[in-house]
Amino acid sequence: MLRRTLGKAVLATPLAAPLAAPAFAQSGPIELTFWHGLAQPLGGLLEEIVSQFNASQPRFRITPSFRGSYPETMVAAIAGFRSATAPHIVQMFEVGTGTMMAAGRAIKPLHELLLETGVTIAFDDYLPAVRGYYSLADGRMMAMPFNSSTAVMFYNKDAFRRAGLNPDVAPRTWAEMRAAATRLRAGGIEIPVTTAWPTWTQVEQFSAIHNTPLATLDNGFGGLNAELRINNPLMVRHINTLMEMGRENTFRWGGRDGAGDALFANGSSGMIFASSGARARFVRELPGGVANLGVAMLPYYNDVQGAPINSIIGGAAFWAMNRGPNAARSADENRGIAEFFAYLAQTRVVANWHTATGFLPVTRAAFEQVKATGFYTQNPGADIPIEQLLRGGGQMTGNSRGIRLGGFVEIRTAMQEEMERALQGQQTAQQAMDNSVTRGNVVLRNFERTNRG
Amino acid sequence: MGTSLDVNALADRTRRRQRREAFVTHACLALGVLIFAFPIYLTIIGSTHDVNTIGRGDVPLLPGGEAAANYAQAWGVGGGRFMGVPAGVMLFNSVIMAMCVAVGKIAISLTSAYAVVFFRFPFRMMFFWLIFITLMLPVEVRIIPTIQVMVDLNMTNSYQGLIIPLIASATATLLFRQFFLTIPDEYVEAAKIDGAGPIRFFIDVILPLSRTNVAALFVILFIYGWNQYLWPLLIVNDRSMETVVVGLTKMIGSGDSQNEWNVIMATAVLALLPPVAVVVLMQRWFVKGLTETEK
Amino acid sequence: MKKVYFKGIALPYFLLLPQIIITGLFFFWPAAQAVRQSFLREDAFGLSSQFVGFENFTDVLSDPTWLDAAFRTLLFSSSVAILALGAALFLAVQADKHIRGADTYKTLLIWPYAVAPAIAAVLWLFMFHPNIGIFGRMLNALGVPWDYKLNGDQAMLLIIFAAAWKQVSYNFIFFLAGLQSIPKAVLEAAAIDGAGPMRRFWTVVFPLLSPTAFFLMVVNLVYAFFDTFGIIHSLTQGGPGKATETLIYRVYTDGVMNLNFGSSAAQSVILMILVIVLTMVQFRYVERKVHY
Repeated sequence: MLRRTLGKAVLATPLAAPLAAPAFAQSGPIELTFWHGLAQPLGGLLEEIVSQFNASQPRFRITPSFRGSYPETMVAAIAGFRSATAPHIVQMFEVGTGTMMAAGRAIKPLHELLLETGVTIAFDDYLPAVRGYYSLADGRMMAMPFNSSTAVMFYNKDAFRRAGLNPDVAPRTWAEMRAAATRLRAGGIEIPVTTAWPTWTQVEQFSAIHNTPLATLDNGFGGLNAELRINNPLMVRHINTLMEMGRENTFRWGGRDGAGDALFANGSSGMIFASSGARARFVRELPGGVANLGVAMLPYYNDVQGAPINSIIGGAAFWAMNRGPNAARSADENRGIAEFFAYLAQTRVVANWHTATGFLPVTRAAFEQVKATGFYTQNPGADIPIEQLLRGGGQMTGNSRGIRLGGFVEIRTAMQEEMERALQGQQTAQQAMDNSVTRGNVVLRNFERTNRG
Repeated sequence: MGTSLDVNALADRTRRRQRREAFVTHACLALGVLIFAFPIYLTIIGSTHDVNTIGRGDVPLLPGGEAAANYAQAWGVGGGRFMGVPAGVMLFNSVIMAMCVAVGKIAISLTSAYAVVFFRFPFRMMFFWLIFITLMLPVEVRIIPTIQVMVDLNMTNSYQGLIIPLIASATATLLFRQFFLTIPDEYVEAAKIDGAGPIRFFIDVILPLSRTNVAALFVILFIYGWNQYLWPLLIVNDRSMETVVVGLTKMIGSGDSQNEWNVIMATAVLALLPPVAVVVLMQRWFVKGLTETEK
Repeated sequence: MKKVYFKGIALPYFLLLPQIIITGLFFFWPAAQAVRQSFLREDAFGLSSQFVGFENFTDVLSDPTWLDAAFRTLLFSSSVAILALGAALFLAVQADKHIRGADTYKTLLIWPYAVAPAIAAVLWLFMFHPNIGIFGRMLNALGVPWDYKLNGDQAMLLIIFAAAWKQVSYNFIFFLAGLQSIPKAVLEAAAIDGAGPMRRFWTVVFPLLSPTAFFLMVVNLVYAFFDTFGIIHSLTQGGPGKATETLIYRVYTDGVMNLNFGSSAAQSVILMILVIVLTMVQFRYVERKVHY
């Protein structure tokens, strides 16, 4: 019964709209579906932007719906396409980029969409790191960047104080990290260091800032026949560091994907590697709030030549999808998608999203605007992510442009499993990375085979 | 010799031994009951506290004062972080699913068993075997291709898709076949003499005779439908059609300490109540049905 | 067997029709699809596929992680079966004695049958979560570093106990029915022979229960193979590492999360063969029981 009432309430809105807007009385707004993978509080903020877009014009009505975590959203969208019920727009996390780029007629490339609808978006103003991640080699955009993030280190200033550390100085190198972690442990902090998105922060970002290849062919940007390279001495050394810290109880595995965030949000962890977009949650949930939240760049090994350089982006972008294998979108639907994307590119929208959440200001205009308001002086650390993206002069190398490997979600799972086994003491760091390479390359070869045509 | 004394002493010893044995038996059973009841007790208690009490790890053993608020939130709003579906909606979906699966299974099993037992027709045994072979092929084994078939039939995201594929199973058909075989031939002969056709016979004789079996099967199949997990997880992605068992684990996510555990626990209690009530209230039929069905 | 039948051909077919259609559509067609897909390799979006012969099968069977999962499934299933059967048999023997309140005990031991495996997992999570669970915290306070999300052995233990906990009541019902069908005269005769209670149980009662026990063994194994998906999915998602990944969970990760339809289909085919063999074993046993 309840369901029916709810259904009626939902139906009532579009039915009422034509009465209010006689110009469109014939058809009512065109309905577009949008699937996203952001839990609260981010999900609510995103859905707010969608309803602002809906209120800003009468022709299109976008219905957002939360589909679980990023990987679950990706799987749901692909299953949706196979059953001809794909959403118009899907939020896809950055590791799905390789898969989506090779998805053929499942997706509507952004450059095509804009060309056909005549809508323009000034991509020149987007940060190169963001633009480069979602464009083809010739610069044509494939997806709409929106919530881009990078990995940073958050720390609990109160914990630092309790351990006798200076809360305004964060460790810069891994040697300093370990020393600080030991102090935190001695100071009674249960979990000195943990991490969210463990492979992203400890393998992918780690490789980028140390200018070390994750995979051949510029991490896959150069073609489908790339091979993983994460069993290199530096990577193995780092996994060893984590294992040693695990044995000393100064590092705790926080779980796969975003699970680790919780350990920091509830105040039990002193330092965490997480997405800059986790800021929104930490500000709300961390005991002591924003005043207690320290932000710092990712630490590095200072004996590595040339390190650190820029980190890579993460987060997600919005992809336009066709409904199913034999079902393209109408011109009107494409028009609605394009207009929504154009709305998302507005400086005001980008700036608000950035300040509310901690995701990157993806356009320069938005960054300048936020800077002009004095936001960064009032919120120390909020500009750390963007500074880190420009670290080392901002000249991206083939190792720090990003990652474009097919089936990378599965590769990540394999890496997480191997890391878990290593941290449990069931294998050495070298074995963990060798196994990751072997298993990951199987995935890459299968992807290459099925997507060659 | 004091034989009477010996007898009394013996009787005494026996009584003492019996009392001791009875005590041990009670103790064992009570321990068993405790092991099964404790998790539920803990959950019910947890559902009456506020979110911070549980999040802090102060596991309470006595009820708190937040029961009304927690159940109201669980019923009408759902969990927060993962934008959960209200338990009221999910329970409605679960009831629909469990009822339809139970009723549907019983209906098609009754008719097909009737056909196999009371008629002779070409390929009768082949059909029987076709049904029988599915006896132990749970949907989980062939889950991916079955989903694909659902997609081809355009049945995902619908109650039909949730229910109809689960209706086919050999268990109920076998039970009814077994039972029909025990109905004496004289009944059929009498019906024929009275001029009653097979449909009349089915309605007037078979259905009333099967009442107990139907009731027992209803309990078993209701539970079967209610407890489905993988199937609804994959076949429905419209969250307004989520069943409560799937929805509950989605509320938990990866098990953060920061979850709204109070609401989750209240939802768990709500998810448990209907099937437990069905089993306890219909215990007699259910036990009889279960032991006869699966043997 | 019956000797009197109704006449007619159309009516019985009509009566059989719904069952046959549903069985055909949702059992045989998917099974055939599984076989077909197991010889193909397809991209995630289903836009292209190629025939690869037995490659999916050889890949699966030579994949050390799949073989590990097979072995792990065996360990998990037999642990669950033994634990659930042992506890149920013990309780059934107690409940079969003539004591006051026996019916109440029975009711209190039967109701967990109604608990879904996934819900059972959630209840166990409430007890053994390292931060919010009463026993999880207790263990940590006692100096046992308990966290099933980090420690594979602990994760395995937890899912074994949760799975067995849920299955005890089912076994209990059957054992109790089996015990009650043993003629009291047999037991009395054994008692007069001077056999003690333990000896009586193992030499008289248990052999008479063994058909029930065998039947339950098969049912419990099938339960642990397939129905425990919900437990693993809501407690450990197969981790940490692959410590709790069983074969059915593997079918799910490969087919649903990793979108390797060919490999997943090949695994389904292997499992189907396994289950059909189990069914035949079970059926032979049923047949024998009918004869003797």
